[in-house]
Amino acid sequence: MSDISEEIVPQKLTSKDFVPAQDVKWCPGCGDYSILKQVHTIFPELGVKKEDFVFICGIGCSSRFTFYVDSYGLHGIHGRAPAIASGLKASRPELSVWVVTGDGDALSIGGNHFIHMLRKNFDINLLLFNNQIYGLTKGQYSPTSEIGKITKSTPYGSVEQPFNPAELALGAKATFVSRTLDRDPKHMQAILRKSYFHKGASFVEIYQKCPVFNEGAFFMFTDKETKKTESLFVEHGKPLVFGVNDDKGIKLDGFKPVVVDLNENGNSVNDLWIHDEKDRIKANILAGFSDPTPELGHLPRPFGVLYAVDKPTYEDAMAEQIKKITEKKGKPSLNNVLSGDKTWVIG
Amino acid sequence: MESKFDIIETDSVVVRFSGDSGDGMQLTGMQFTDTTAFLGKDLSTFPEFPAEIRAPAGTLAGVSGFQVNFGSKEIFTPGDQYDVLVAMNAAALENDLKNLKKGGIIITNTAGFDAKNLRLAEYPEGVNPLEDGSLDDYELYKIDVTRLTKDALKDMGLGNKEIERSKNMFVLGVLYWMFDQSPDYTINFINEKFTKNQIIADANIKALKAGVNYGETTEIFNTRFKISASNLPAGNYRSITGNHATAIALIAASEKSGLPLFLGSYPITPASDILHELSKYKEFNVRTFQAEDEISAVCSSIGASYGGSLAVTSTSGPGMSLKTEALGLALMLELPLVVINIQRGGPSTGLPTKTEQSDLLQAMYGRHGESPLPVVASESPADCFYTVYEACRIAAEHMTPVIVLNDGYIANGSEPWKYPTEDELTPINVHFTTTTNNEGGVFLSYKRDEKLVRPWVKPGVKGLEHRIGGLERENETGDISYEAENHEIMVKLRAAKIEKIADYIPLQIVDTGKENAKVCVLGWGSTYGAIKSVVLDLVKEGYDVAHIHLKYLNPFPKNLGELLNGFETILIPEMNNGQLIKVIRDKFLLPAIGLNKIKGLPFTTIEIREKILELLNK
Repeated sequence: MSDISEEIVPQKLTSKDFVPAQDVKWCPGCGDYSILKQVHTIFPELGVKKEDFVFICGIGCSSRFTFYVDSYGLHGIHGRAPAIASGLKASRPELSVWVVTGDGDALSIGGNHFIHMLRKNFDINLLLFNNQIYGLTKGQYSPTSEIGKITKSTPYGSVEQPFNPAELALGAKATFVSRTLDRDPKHMQAILRKSYFHKGASFVEIYQKCPVFNEGAFFMFTDKETKKTESLFVEHGKPLVFGVNDDKGIKLDGFKPVVVDLNENGNSVNDLWIHDEKDRIKANILAGFSDPTPELGHLPRPFGVLYAVDKPTYEDAMAEQIKKITEKKGKPSLNNVLSGDKTWVIG
Repeated sequence: MESKFDIIETDSVVVRFSGDSGDGMQLTGMQFTDTTAFLGKDLSTFPEFPAEIRAPAGTLAGVSGFQVNFGSKEIFTPGDQYDVLVAMNAAALENDLKNLKKGGIIITNTAGFDAKNLRLAEYPEGVNPLEDGSLDDYELYKIDVTRLTKDALKDMGLGNKEIERSKNMFVLGVLYWMFDQSPDYTINFINEKFTKNQIIADANIKALKAGVNYGETTEIFNTRFKISASNLPAGNYRSITGNHATAIALIAASEKSGLPLFLGSYPITPASDILHELSKYKEFNVRTFQAEDEISAVCSSIGASYGGSLAVTSTSGPGMSLKTEALGLALMLELPLVVINIQRGGPSTGLPTKTEQSDLLQAMYGRHGESPLPVVASESPADCFYTVYEACRIAAEHMTPVIVLNDGYIANGSEPWKYPTEDELTPINVHFTTTTNNEGGVFLSYKRDEKLVRPWVKPGVKGLEHRIGGLERENETGDISYEAENHEIMVKLRAAKIEKIADYIPLQIVDTGKENAKVCVLGWGSTYGAIKSVVLDLVKEGYDVAHIHLKYLNPFPKNLGELLNGFETILIPEMNNGQLIKVIRDKFLLPAIGLNKIKGLPFTTIEIREKILELLNK
């Protein structure tokens, strides 16, 4: 009897359960450490058995994540983690599947798999560590590096315009699009939790510091002096407010976002844009708040859940189809398949 | 009545249906074939169609052909030359006349020989082969199929276009009369196909019967054939194409292994039918995933295999190239994976609808690093079943990707198949590890068994949590290792694991002829039929020749070297520029001789026969 009661009482996991014996080998000061810490922190709370977590990664600094969570994991090939994860999730829907990727892995070599995994809406959590640089290959510009970026492969500056990952994810029909930062642990934990509980493909862009090749790329969003004016933390149902004393807000003038000073001209918080994460049109405008956007003027960078809607997942739709057809056709016999329906006898 | 025409009794006949892509020649040929099979004849087919979906009507580029060789004797090839050519238009005649036997029968639709059709078929101005006596050496029948079909269907209230579409049925009816075959099978087929459109069903049946009656009542035909049923081994038969056999082999392997089936695939000619066919079998818990590209097709399969599925990806040459990096990963992960390559003419886009055997070296060596993989090849449409099933067994029991090399010729071709029952299939023994495998309750993810196979653990098993990946693993523990000695050990272990498969496959047998013959014809893949029928004939004629056919290309059966050493001369016919020959020379240091055909077409028996005779007479 004692065996049975042991089975029933859920095992209480702690973050230590997810820390493997293996040493973590990222550079000192890398933003990845914070992300790993937050994952270790929230995992015990999710109600998932330790053995049911699977990390599928590609290649790059971020993709080493596979080895740093003590559960199941597959360290794959460059850019292909979403494809590997799709096959796993389609065939094993009960597993909690996580893809960790970087700006080069997801948006350059793996761009096709990235958009299609989101479009097909597998219930997979994809964490994109965006550091706007190639780290593991020692410092070339990435598809999120800004125009003019000086790197080893662009000594005279990059001539390419960068992707805005949130816009790309929305364009790919992602059902959950969010952004957070390595230097804001509490916010990241909240977003990771939401991404887990979202049923469908969850896209989490994490601004991540590369202290070796791209130091300070995102400091303006976390440094005391600039954080309040440069970052906009959005929450569903709440007005878009930012600024040193929460004294600035964003209003919509048609489709155009306008920054207003709440201390001036009788501007009221009641007139501001209320964030509605289910509104696809507004989510697209919000995702567009990225520099440089000359036609909009300078806007703060939004963090939080930009968009979240429920749609059927690929794996559920696939299982449903199998179930329906099996119910309709009944229990099949392999012998019928082998013979087909047109046979003849010789002899 | 009977005396008006010659009745030719023969043991085999080759018929070629040829027409415009829009004339329905593939369907007509398949119907003729299925009826023939159903009536107990042995047969072999060769569908040949252009790469364009609808090339301009009436042009040479738009000719679509379907060839069938059938008879009362054992049939191994679709035939070198045909006895009967059905030419629905001038382009079809121009394209296919060259392989009609001298004195053979030509049945033409005269409506397809008007000025426009003649011009499109590139006949010189004013020349009509039906009228200028150039076909006097043949038995030519000029039938205005289009008009006769219109007359037959004129009261049915159908448009011109719909009537036009039934003209292939009229021709099929004529052929059924000519070969003394009942049209009933096709009537059933039409009724089933058009259950929701009775008028179209009626029109097609009417056209078919009109064709039969035309043969019966007009007195234009001089020839009628009589072919008795074949003496195929007793049993239950069905007709099958290679791609269809492949699909049901996968279902059978899934059922026999207890592994759920997952197919990741991206549409590509000539492999897409495997995806089409499998996606019909959802009631077998089959998951088909049409991936966004070839790389995702293989990678999703790797993901499914990691999760415990029987994972398969199907493709052709260009797709195979795209999958190679992922194959290296699967090899490193040591997970089961079946990779089916329906070879076509290459490189690059090459000849998408034509056949070739030119991906053998790619399968053997086409990955970076030291990366051997098992390779097997099918010899005929029905054999695709057994080969693909065997590939699944090797993959699952030996924890490795396995490459299957089929080709367009056998993938699209069909033959009668004495199908097995499920009890007759070899068991596939799969073991998932659920407990630790070392002292002190430790789990070692790369600890090998007697087959040198590592444990397969499904994510979700408590206590065995571990990570795998493409970085070099440490022997036994499976941890990442950059250690020099370890890498060498692992490379050798992976190679030894593949070599070890030779202990679990049958020894090589001599297919036809005897050991130590003067000439051994060594083949692999779809050349089987042509080689087999030539060597059978030559042995009957008393020549000292033998045929060995390889299903297992890596590893080879253990006795192959010894067997080959017993022959004076080894001839290796291949539809490529010499690939197996390189492997054989490398492996056994044998001075084999090649016979190579790189025309996108299968060998004719004549081509092989002449080469063998040349070697025998040396």
